[in-house]
Amino acid sequence: MAYVAVKGGERAIDNAHAWLAEDRRGDPAVAEIGTDQIREQLGRAVDRVMAEGSLYDPDLASLAVKQAQGDLIEAAFLVRAYRTTLPRFAASAPLDTVGMAVRRRISAVFKDMPGGQLLGPTYDYTHRLLDFALEVGFTPQAPAEMPAEGGEMPHVHSILGHEGLIEADASGGGEPGDITRTPLSFPAGRDIRLQALARGDEGFLLAMGYSTQRGWGGTHPFVGEIRVGEASVCITPPELGFEIDIGDITVTECQMVNQFQGSKTQPPQFTRGYGLCFGHGERKAMAMALVDRAMRAEELGETVSAPAQNVEFVLYHCDNIEATGFVEHLKLPHYVDFQSELETIRRMRADALREMEGTP
Amino acid sequence: MTDDTLLSARGLNLRFGAIPALVDVDADLWPGEVLAIVGESGSGKTTLLNVLSGRMAPQSGVVWYRDPQGHLADVHAMAAPALRALHRSDWGFVHQNPRDNLRMGVTAGGNVGERLMAQGGRHYGRIRAEAIAWLEQVEIDAARVDDLPRTFSGGMLQRLQIARTLVTHPRLVFMDEPTGGLDVSVQARLLDLIRGLVARLGIAAVLVTHDLAVARLLAHRVMVMQRGVVVETGLTDQVLDDPQHPYTQLLVSSVLQA
Amino acid sequence: MSGYNFAYLDEQTKRMIRRALLKAVAIPGHQIPFGSREMPLPYGWGTGGIQVTAAVLGPDDTLKVIDQGADDTTNAVSIRRFFARTAGVATTTHTAEATIIQTRHRIPELALREDQILVYQVPQPEPLSKLESSRAETKRMHGLAEYGLMHVKLYEDITRFGHVSISYDYPVMVAGRYLMSPSPIPAFDNPKMDMMPALQLFGAGREQRIYAIPPYTRVVSLDFDDHPFRTTRAPHACGLCGASDSYLDEVVTDDRGGRLFVCSDTDHCETRRAAGHVGAEGVAA
Repeated sequence: MAYVAVKGGERAIDNAHAWLAEDRRGDPAVAEIGTDQIREQLGRAVDRVMAEGSLYDPDLASLAVKQAQGDLIEAAFLVRAYRTTLPRFAASAPLDTVGMAVRRRISAVFKDMPGGQLLGPTYDYTHRLLDFALEVGFTPQAPAEMPAEGGEMPHVHSILGHEGLIEADASGGGEPGDITRTPLSFPAGRDIRLQALARGDEGFLLAMGYSTQRGWGGTHPFVGEIRVGEASVCITPPELGFEIDIGDITVTECQMVNQFQGSKTQPPQFTRGYGLCFGHGERKAMAMALVDRAMRAEELGETVSAPAQNVEFVLYHCDNIEATGFVEHLKLPHYVDFQSELETIRRMRADALREMEGTP
Repeated sequence: MTDDTLLSARGLNLRFGAIPALVDVDADLWPGEVLAIVGESGSGKTTLLNVLSGRMAPQSGVVWYRDPQGHLADVHAMAAPALRALHRSDWGFVHQNPRDNLRMGVTAGGNVGERLMAQGGRHYGRIRAEAIAWLEQVEIDAARVDDLPRTFSGGMLQRLQIARTLVTHPRLVFMDEPTGGLDVSVQARLLDLIRGLVARLGIAAVLVTHDLAVARLLAHRVMVMQRGVVVETGLTDQVLDDPQHPYTQLLVSSVLQA
Repeated sequence: MSGYNFAYLDEQTKRMIRRALLKAVAIPGHQIPFGSREMPLPYGWGTGGIQVTAAVLGPDDTLKVIDQGADDTTNAVSIRRFFARTAGVATTTHTAEATIIQTRHRIPELALREDQILVYQVPQPEPLSKLESSRAETKRMHGLAEYGLMHVKLYEDITRFGHVSISYDYPVMVAGRYLMSPSPIPAFDNPKMDMMPALQLFGAGREQRIYAIPPYTRVVSLDFDDHPFRTTRAPHACGLCGASDSYLDEVVTDDRGGRLFVCSDTDHCETRRAAGHVGAEGVAA
């Protein structure tokens, strides 16, 4: 058979894309899913895409989810690529999570505290039994309501802070770094670490956080507080010279209270781990707080021995878009290098056989 | 400090919080001599070794080193590259745990040859031959040159570490409990080896040990430390046979007579 | 592709990349960290090379993109299309006509000229990465020119196999100072880098590093005096054009061990066939 060089890569790609579009559409007899439906009814998926895409825009995230056929890492990738092209016209003031409109707020360290324990819309106490009513359509009853109490809802750690029992907020000083503009370098400050964690893969951070609970760099964590709600984004435009509120975003915040091992130069205090993400993502915020605290091991004079405590390891591997790009790149042709390996191994085997035959 | 000391320390002080590790410590070392630093745990002897070798900075005080050209250098004022280069050539550091200073996944020959390669050695045959020669010097069978250290006993690992350290003919070697953790008979053989090598090669050494017998066998002079303070110093036999300071007397008297 | 700047990246970003490139050219072989951007192609699929090309590309350039030496492999097609859409530049498959060549895993067989730029896609810019996993530590090693670890690896190979077993991404010493990864080109291609008249630029998007070899720079593959560096190639002639000195792909033609060896560099092969060279298997072009 005469050899014909492989050609037609362009046509192959076009055909592949056409088939993909058909595959994504599914059965044409079934109604096409709307991005509004995704936004409204698959909110947790949309929230995860915003968090890992590092861009707060539920409509864009919903479109990404649709375009990626529900593959959330692929969707986050779409959002990130879009984010890159957006101009930056302001930096907001730090979010005031104390002043948030809180829909859910729980603490594991106190039975009650100002603001109270609010369960909010949570899956925590559902029984994991498939509800077949959802298959045919389900109109929920209006949940019970009560007037908002007003009153303060201070952070739980500030309650502990009154007695000096817990470390204060890190002062940092100066502008925080920006991992989307400057390359990662070590040692990485806490601002860089938290940024990386905020957009890091939920599954990876979950596993890392879990490992700390099982003894791989344990930090004796307690949930000081988790709160979910809407926070105002405020900027100070130079033309106005004063701060304005440009809108709300939903965030989930988790503060962990961790135990301190003690050092010769400081009296013991509770230490902290912090997690914050776009949308409603408790698993992510909690895992982030566990890993944040684990990565502070060296700073707090603890022995660094576990993967979650290894800052380089965590930061280099927590970005699922980098990870999937590199893992999946193995699908690209590597036959040139493989050819070199083939020639090398053939030569080494020939040498070895010659040597073996040479000996009596 | 005289004109020909190899290493001199003056007024070293270091505290870890409330705990004094070094209190106004002075030390001198002449070429070719072995100085032992003895004391119990917490005496500051390992801290002193680390400060003398530049691995840890004192809070006050200075460590001077005289290089082969006769120039004095302040060890803690040296730039990191220069100090690292020194540790790879003119100095050596033998760790208590040989695994801390060996590449366990690299052959014995590769371990010994590494310093030669780091200094520009580019002839495989010659590097390997030198590695074999050194294995023989430390009484490791030359046939093990291509074996991984994973297959070596504790005593062999320590001897391999010594070969790896001596291959560049350092003039000064720091040793941190070189026989710690080894069986008594293995220790004896290793001490004999060290004594022979040091004498034959004219190496100066600072040796930290809690074992007075090791000090007696290897060291010309000994410094006794207690809680960061040098309580007594002098010729080994004199200090150990006729201790003046109560703490030294306690140490000497508490050694079990075999 | 409306709404996007020429070659997709905004001018600020291109300026940032060019600054990194200038530093890279000033220190041959040294890795310069740069603020790699998220691109519409995945990390690991050439985002570094694409960012470098986008930063140096101008409207009058002619771009060639190859992967495994071929213009028609799917990722080369994808990248070439990306630049056609976002920059509208002329593209070509002919090495001699290109002013910028972006490549993955090969250096073209045709010797390059002073007016050309070769942009390499780099997956792992750190030559010591397989020996030392900490980047903080490798950074120190480069700064102090402490490369003993790599020589130990070569020593170990000779001890175990009788010769160095690295067949691609073979480490090189650039201008006598920096140890560099040439990217996963086969060792066969390494000698082409030495004193090349063209500018060689390397982009690693995911790892956020850029480096460069200025024209006419010494690039030496690591070896021992008594075990000198040697190249490997399949000991055959190209079945299509008869070339006996080009790097060959091994094509499996049947399930009974049938093999055909053809030039990996498709332009080189086609050019030879157009000039009348015919291999054992091929039909004249």
